[in-house]
Amino acid sequence: LDRKLAESMVAAVAPPSPSSSPSQSIELVILPHHAVYDGRGSFANSAWLQELPDPVSRIVWGNSASISPATASRLGLAEADLVEVAVGGAAVRLPVVIQRGMADDVVATTLGHGHTAGGVVAVEAGGANLAALLGRQDPRCPRVAVGVTLKKVGPAAPLAVVRTQKERRQHGRAIALAGSLAEYRRDPAFASTHQHLPPPGDTFPPYDYSKGPKWGIAIDLSACVGCGACATACQVENNIAVVGRDQCQRGRQMHWLRIDRYEDGPLDDPDIHFQPMLCQHCDTAPCESVCPVNATSHSGDGLNEMVYNRCVGTRYCQNNCPYKVRRFNFLRYGQFPPREPAGELAYNPRVTVRGVGVMEKCTFCVHRIKQARYEAYQAGAKIPDGRIQTACQRACPAGAIVFGDQNDPAGRLGSLIRSPRSYRVLAELNTKPNVFYLARVDNPAAGPRPGDAASQPARMEQGDSRHS
Amino acid sequence: MSDTVHPAETLSPAATDGAGPNGAGLGLRQLDDAVYGPMESFPTRRWWLALAATGSLAVLFVVCLVITVGQGIGRWGVNQPVGWGFAIINFVFWIGIGHAGTLISAILYVLRQTWRTAISRFSEAMTIFAVLVALQFPLFHTGRPWNAIFWLIPFYNDMSVYQNFRSPLIWDVFAVGTYGLVSLMFWYIGLVPDLASARDRAADPTRKFLYGLASLGWVGSARAWVHYEKAYILFAGLSTALVISVHSVVSFDFAAAFLPGWHTTIFPPYFVAGAIFSGLAMVSTLVLILRPMFRLQHLITIRHVELLNKLTVATSLMVGYSYVMELFMSWYGGMEMEWFVTVNRAIGPYAVCYWVMVACNVAFPQLLWIRRVRRTPALAFPIVIGVNVGMWMERFVIVVTSQHRDSLPSSWGMYYPTWVDYGLLAGSFGVFLTLVLLFCRFLPTVAATEVKADRGNSHRPAEGDVS
Repeated sequence: LDRKLAESMVAAVAPPSPSSSPSQSIELVILPHHAVYDGRGSFANSAWLQELPDPVSRIVWGNSASISPATASRLGLAEADLVEVAVGGAAVRLPVVIQRGMADDVVATTLGHGHTAGGVVAVEAGGANLAALLGRQDPRCPRVAVGVTLKKVGPAAPLAVVRTQKERRQHGRAIALAGSLAEYRRDPAFASTHQHLPPPGDTFPPYDYSKGPKWGIAIDLSACVGCGACATACQVENNIAVVGRDQCQRGRQMHWLRIDRYEDGPLDDPDIHFQPMLCQHCDTAPCESVCPVNATSHSGDGLNEMVYNRCVGTRYCQNNCPYKVRRFNFLRYGQFPPREPAGELAYNPRVTVRGVGVMEKCTFCVHRIKQARYEAYQAGAKIPDGRIQTACQRACPAGAIVFGDQNDPAGRLGSLIRSPRSYRVLAELNTKPNVFYLARVDNPAAGPRPGDAASQPARMEQGDSRHS
Repeated sequence: MSDTVHPAETLSPAATDGAGPNGAGLGLRQLDDAVYGPMESFPTRRWWLALAATGSLAVLFVVCLVITVGQGIGRWGVNQPVGWGFAIINFVFWIGIGHAGTLISAILYVLRQTWRTAISRFSEAMTIFAVLVALQFPLFHTGRPWNAIFWLIPFYNDMSVYQNFRSPLIWDVFAVGTYGLVSLMFWYIGLVPDLASARDRAADPTRKFLYGLASLGWVGSARAWVHYEKAYILFAGLSTALVISVHSVVSFDFAAAFLPGWHTTIFPPYFVAGAIFSGLAMVSTLVLILRPMFRLQHLITIRHVELLNKLTVATSLMVGYSYVMELFMSWYGGMEMEWFVTVNRAIGPYAVCYWVMVACNVAFPQLLWIRRVRRTPALAFPIVIGVNVGMWMERFVIVVTSQHRDSLPSSWGMYYPTWVDYGLLAGSFGVFLTLVLLFCRFLPTVAATEVKADRGNSHRPAEGDVS
């Protein structure tokens, strides 16, 4: 939020505050929640939405009070402190989240939590109900208030703030690549200069993909806004379990497709990168060679397949996967509680429900591929380009995800792969992934940014001097 | 033999110093009494107390396994990205413990180190029990042990689905399986003459029958001895190769994987040295506890304690060298992620474990260069206990710190063990020590026939030799 804009907006409706104590200058902004919006029943009671991480903070299950690092240090607050946010005689208790890149002296929180009724999930999701603060200062501007006080009342409950991603930065690794328009004009293939590809050569003989299709996905990082619609679409399509707050805190969320979020540049105004991360269906998949029982193997059309029935759950594949996209059923996640006898009707009948002790991961929506192949077989034709769309692709509002056949020279996927922006994550490890990322190109000088010109973020590739 | 005075009490302190050959201070009958006495008398109060303690821990082990199988691996601390936790650490730890037994019984036998006979039986038993305990962990750490127990072994099946022989875990099944079986047979062959002695001494007909059964009708004829000696040297040779191979293959679980911090060629020799080091420390620990407990000071003398300590300090240097080389290679290799893992071990969130490892495995054992420390059980004991701790920490450092921060920072996480993890760790010691206590009760803890033969070879008959 533009601070000056908000201040001028608030100044128009509220009388200037007589006091000048520092805490009086804090503004409150109440936003709709990224997933459950205002908390209406069909949203708040959806575990899929509750477990969809916030695009930037990666927080699941519940709401919190976000403040900038400078504000936190000024107020003496630490991450996950419980604070009382008071305005006009009403107060709400929320855990503090320190959010880099936020404007100083603003506390932001979201609607849609703190249910006492409205379904099992809505109530168990917890969080605080912001209704008491809405319009407390000025009914004409219900979601904004100035002169808010923040008072620490103690440490938050142990699981009050649960993030699915703990580390913020890329540590100089060439993972989510981005460049400015000027850089792109200078060298359209700027992304590939960050990677040192190994000399060709493999331990095991390569597969022959020439006889049929070889599936792949291209993801345009320029288009991705990190909303997470793909992650939830994948979850719905593939019967992926929701595991709850406690299991998320332990790092056991089951999303086959997740959005990785990285921060680059200065701490007070970082540059945010989003990167959808899913099984890369590597040609030389590290997971396949280590499974002792052949539960994960390669198909003739380039898929890395997971045979649930054969899996004994050694988790060796998970350790060996550099992308960490494999998901393990640590507990009986897929089992509906007895109180929901009709719960199984929520499952997609075309996808196997996994039991306890079994590894799972993205299949490239193999059931959709099989369906299309069957139809093409009946029609006696080849599968037309664009006929198969994965669930994530269908859900992406920006059209950032494209599935297709790499062997089809005229296909849309092929044209994206041939783009100079195309690169593959951790290609230096010789995994030969079949997910292609198109490096983000943006034009930071063109649009207005909050703050002055000095706070322009340092580009990741500038900080990464090793490759220059 | 409860009516006779225990032979250890008739000995002068000099006899427990062990300057001469094994059992030098004892007559043959005294020697027999010392070895078989504990098997024939009613267990002491100390034994029952010890069994109650270790048995309780063994029950805890079973309870934790029931919880794990009943509810899922989720009761442990493992997660994404740390898929392998305490179970694999404990597995590598216990397999390592077993190694000293084989080293002492096989390699030292082949090298004609006769002093080994006093502790060989004991350390072989330790090997068997350690392997038994170790095997529980990889099985129950799988998500579906009820399938893993069949599908990891190449049984015939109607679907013609076989194992993936590219997987180091399959190599592990064969390596550890071979090791367990060969160690068991080697141990049992060595036991046969002593079981026959126990049979001959037994007054109770049931005992006589059972030991007779177990001794396979051993008569002690020259022909039987010739066969026995041949079999023994054969198994010693086999086991010698296994000491090297088993932990090398266990290290492949890590070295053949792809993870920075695991993918290193130094692991096979590093693991073997570490295994022998930790195993020697465990032998020393048990020897120092059981020597006074079962009054075996005249058989397992200060000389044996000192020799064990010398081996401990030698292997400590090997392990320390491995640490330095691992550090150097990760820098010299020039791979950013590899170097990151190394630095993260030393100064990251698990730095305490790393420095405990360095202190216990490399720094403190250097005190064993001092003769008085080597020869004083009270001084050596804390050092060898420290090595046990340090070697467990080494496996923790290798297993956990490599996984918790790997290639993609987005997936970094922490590993926090749960009470079930700790229960299984404590419980595994309970199972192991319970087996050790039962072994001391029912089987000859010292290879009496070998000690006698060793004594005979020395041509130095001791006083009081009445046999």
